[in-house]
Amino acid sequence: MAAELHVELVAADRSVWSGEATLVVARTTSGDIGVMPGHQPLLGVLESGPVTIRTSEGNTVVAAVHGGFISFADNKLSLLAEIAELADEIDVQRAERALERAKSEADAASERRAEVRLRAVAGH
Amino acid sequence: MGAQLRVYKRRIRSVTATKKITKAMEMISASRIVKAQRQVAASTPYATELTRAVTAVATGSNTKHPLTTEAEAPARAAVLLLTSDRGLAGGYSSNAIKAADRLTERLRGEGKEVDTYIVGRKGVAYYNFRERKIADSWTGFTDRPSYADAKAIAAPLIEAVSTETAEGGVDELHIIYTEFVSMMTQNPVENRMLPLSLEEAAEESGTKGEILPLFDFEPSAEDVLDALLPRYVESRIYNALLQAAASEHAARRRAMKAATDNAGELVKSLTRLANAARQAEITQEISEIVGGASALADATAGSDK
Repeated sequence: MAAELHVELVAADRSVWSGEATLVVARTTSGDIGVMPGHQPLLGVLESGPVTIRTSEGNTVVAAVHGGFISFADNKLSLLAEIAELADEIDVQRAERALERAKSEADAASERRAEVRLRAVAGH
Repeated sequence: MGAQLRVYKRRIRSVTATKKITKAMEMISASRIVKAQRQVAASTPYATELTRAVTAVATGSNTKHPLTTEAEAPARAAVLLLTSDRGLAGGYSSNAIKAADRLTERLRGEGKEVDTYIVGRKGVAYYNFRERKIADSWTGFTDRPSYADAKAIAAPLIEAVSTETAEGGVDELHIIYTEFVSMMTQNPVENRMLPLSLEEAAEESGTKGEILPLFDFEPSAEDVLDALLPRYVESRIYNALLQAAASEHAARRRAMKAATDNAGELVKSLTRLANAARQAEITQEISEIVGGASALADATAGSDK
């Protein structure tokens, strides 16, 4: 059996996903980072972006994460985000509407959020 | 029906209607306590992970941050008071306000100026009525706080703490909220939230004594701490808001239960009085009839002679 790491993806008001994984890719402020079991202890600031988790069963879980932190120690990875949604939970039409609205209102922050959501769904 | 009896009947009807309302409010609050407690539980993983991360940065590097440095001579303190938006919750809001008054008194005694920040309409009304100054206030969400609310509250507070005291900033941040101990017990507590004591944070997360690994910080320890601490403060405020909401519902449930019980008692004693009044009325009618009949009998007997 391949080495595994335990992942906890938690949002401010709930626990979004937890389980075993073989690879987690997230976007930090200095670029994408991939974490595999046995990685050196790490604490980083996340950018708004999709997080990809390859589970030990071979499935891929994609989540849209808006700001937060990644911390890895003792083969336990925590992804903390103020807002985090799994790709399955994202309402595509709503995100598209939000994107259009954000573009017309020139609201950069919500435009970015909507884009991240759509990309998470597309990458699923 | 006699006048007396009619008055009793009317009062019984009105009390019964009130009882129905208080009973409904009691049940609504009871169900909301459970919801609020669930929210507290749901926010715990985030809070624990965040505390761990803060402890890790604090122990893993010698980074200084305005939110963790004690001012040498604190001259101004901010007090954040959490009250409720609605009344009918017994002493919930007034207990919190009393605790805030005591704290303000103490801080003034230590020679600090106090800026008051208030959450909840009850607290705002109390301060406005007494024409006390409020630095900032938020209302409309005390029974169902969301994380966005906590963020909105935290932003100006963090800014005030980061600002130099001479330019109108504050040196300390105290928070007063009602801690949810159990269904029956809720205590107003005061906490000094900022400057943050990292030892306390470590104790809370249960990581004291545990050796934390040497972390690799991405992009740097300073940047990570910069991003972490405001989130940590937000999460603490969020937790306080959630506990306060649970306490508010518990206090309201208790107050409404007492009101329902009292209404029940009142209906019972009014029913007794109404029964007595009805009985008195019947007795009087009987004696009138008997009196009338015997008067008639006397009259006929007299005319026979």
